[in-house]
Amino acid sequence: MPVDMRTYLGHVELANPITTAAGCAASGAELAQFFDLGRLGAVTTRSITMAPRAGRPTPRMAETPSGLLAAVGLQGPGVDAFLARELPWLAQRNIRTVVSIGGGTVAEYTALARRLTDAPGVTAVEVNLSCPNIEDRGRVFALDGAASAEVVASVRSVMRYDVPVVAKLSPDALDVVSVARACVDGGADALSMINNPLGMSIDTDAMRPSLAAVTGGLSGPAIRPLAVRCVWQVHAALPGVPIIGMGGVLTGRDAFEFVLAGACVVAVGTALFHDPYAGLRVLRELEEILAARGFHRLADAVGLAHRPPGATTRHRTDFEESPL
Amino acid sequence: MRETPVTPVQVTGTVLTTRRVDAYHALTVVAPGIVERFRPGHFVAVAVGGPGTSMLTRRAFSVHDVKPDYGGTVEFVFTAGGPGTAWLAERRARDTLDLVGPLGRPFPLPRDPVTCVLVGGEYGSAMLFAVADALQRRGCRVDFVLGAASADRVFGALRARRMGETTTLTTEDGSLGMRGRVTDVLPGVIADVRADAVYACGPMEMLRGVTAVAVEFDIPVQVAVEERMACGIGVCMTCVLPVIGDDGVTRMVRSCVEGPAFRGERVRFDDVGTIPFDALGAPGGGTRHAG
Repeated sequence: MPVDMRTYLGHVELANPITTAAGCAASGAELAQFFDLGRLGAVTTRSITMAPRAGRPTPRMAETPSGLLAAVGLQGPGVDAFLARELPWLAQRNIRTVVSIGGGTVAEYTALARRLTDAPGVTAVEVNLSCPNIEDRGRVFALDGAASAEVVASVRSVMRYDVPVVAKLSPDALDVVSVARACVDGGADALSMINNPLGMSIDTDAMRPSLAAVTGGLSGPAIRPLAVRCVWQVHAALPGVPIIGMGGVLTGRDAFEFVLAGACVVAVGTALFHDPYAGLRVLRELEEILAARGFHRLADAVGLAHRPPGATTRHRTDFEESPL
Repeated sequence: MRETPVTPVQVTGTVLTTRRVDAYHALTVVAPGIVERFRPGHFVAVAVGGPGTSMLTRRAFSVHDVKPDYGGTVEFVFTAGGPGTAWLAERRARDTLDLVGPLGRPFPLPRDPVTCVLVGGEYGSAMLFAVADALQRRGCRVDFVLGAASADRVFGALRARRMGETTTLTTEDGSLGMRGRVTDVLPGVIADVRADAVYACGPMEMLRGVTAVAVEFDIPVQVAVEERMACGIGVCMTCVLPVIGDDGVTRMVRSCVEGPAFRGERVRFDDVGTIPFDALGAPGGGTRHAG
């Protein structure tokens, strides 16, 4: 019997829980050469900024054990080109699109949200509060609950009521739960975690930092335990808030780990660099794992690892499917 | 949005042969699907380390040769430098390899039967033989200039001698051909053969020199760059370099999808590894930017 893989991001239904992570699928067209992107639950765009951005100098990338250190610097075409070309391309193909936005000030996030609010084809908006690549290291919103909440509240206030606003959190925050709580209080409909923790590597031949930007965001399986911990803590504190879990998901087993920790959507990021089909493969493997364990619905497994010790893995019947 | 003209495929190929060529390794892989789509200048992105590998990025290699045998084989040449290429160097016949290809924008070829000089540095010359073959089928005259630090690092000298009308070799230590660099002999070759165009592949510093020579002679030059990549398919955004577009605007373009072949005079070689202040979206470039 096939497993019901449907999931909800706020009130928006997704056909399945797999999405691409922000900044890991470029404009979408690159991956569409390999498979129909509509088969994924959603596609998350790179972080869109107001003006075009050239990003960071090269070298931008260094491979680390089971990880990838990258400092791209939010290279992108800017919101005008995004709305003129990339978003319509996705919308024409009926691809569920989570638009990630990045800015340097609350006003810039708000202006971006205002531009997106009437654009057709926006399934949700993900507020990138935490990109460690951003030029001005002085203001990483995600480290500060109040600053994060201010951005989220402002974006929420101008975004259409039926488009969920997702706050993307950083594991570099001293207390990820307090930032998560502040974002939800500020109006976030869902939370997304984790963004890349800041890392660094030194080229021992050149005896210089490997990246031109010196520091970069670490991704890949190296950060998965960190990500699972964040999802676990936030789901324990805020069980009603939908979580997009991500961080080093390479297989269906990894995605299942995030689901058990409390994520109802799982994003595949760095794995796409290694295997363009990673999203579809993770989805198939996750469905097989759920079926093998006797689950009829994905929703029954979300947060299941939080049950008290000794409790059975009986399926939750304490809620009916939402009529929305 | 520009669609890539050739659709790449992901295949699990079987290693047919492995061989040492002087300082380099060459792997021939049975990779049906890639061969029929291949055009000179294309590259493949290879996963390294096998299943469960801790090496997440693909290694990009320009294609040395394709053959129709066994349903289609692809050969690429590399040096065993880091752990990924060292793993590749240990592959043996019948091992499997995960390849994505063909990738990138191939070399444009002239319509008319003109004279072309093909310049290769180190193992960059590996990709030039497919170009030479395509040029000769169009009736073009092909001359080679190959160079490297030492004799064992000059790739394909014998084959160049067989294919080219003339072949000029250079080594920095004088162990083969002329002592010096390819750019020292290139002006003489271009003048002697009355070249109409130049094709080049090799280290960035060499491409910069070759482009300068071609610009001096006022003939078109096509260069294939070898930037470090993580994916090869255009999603990781790490292989960018500053290139001047048709509209005169400099953009940070991905060498994997907009390249690896570029018109030499369009690449801002002096600014590779930086964000030029006048590039589209550069920090402080007149428009407000995030951060």
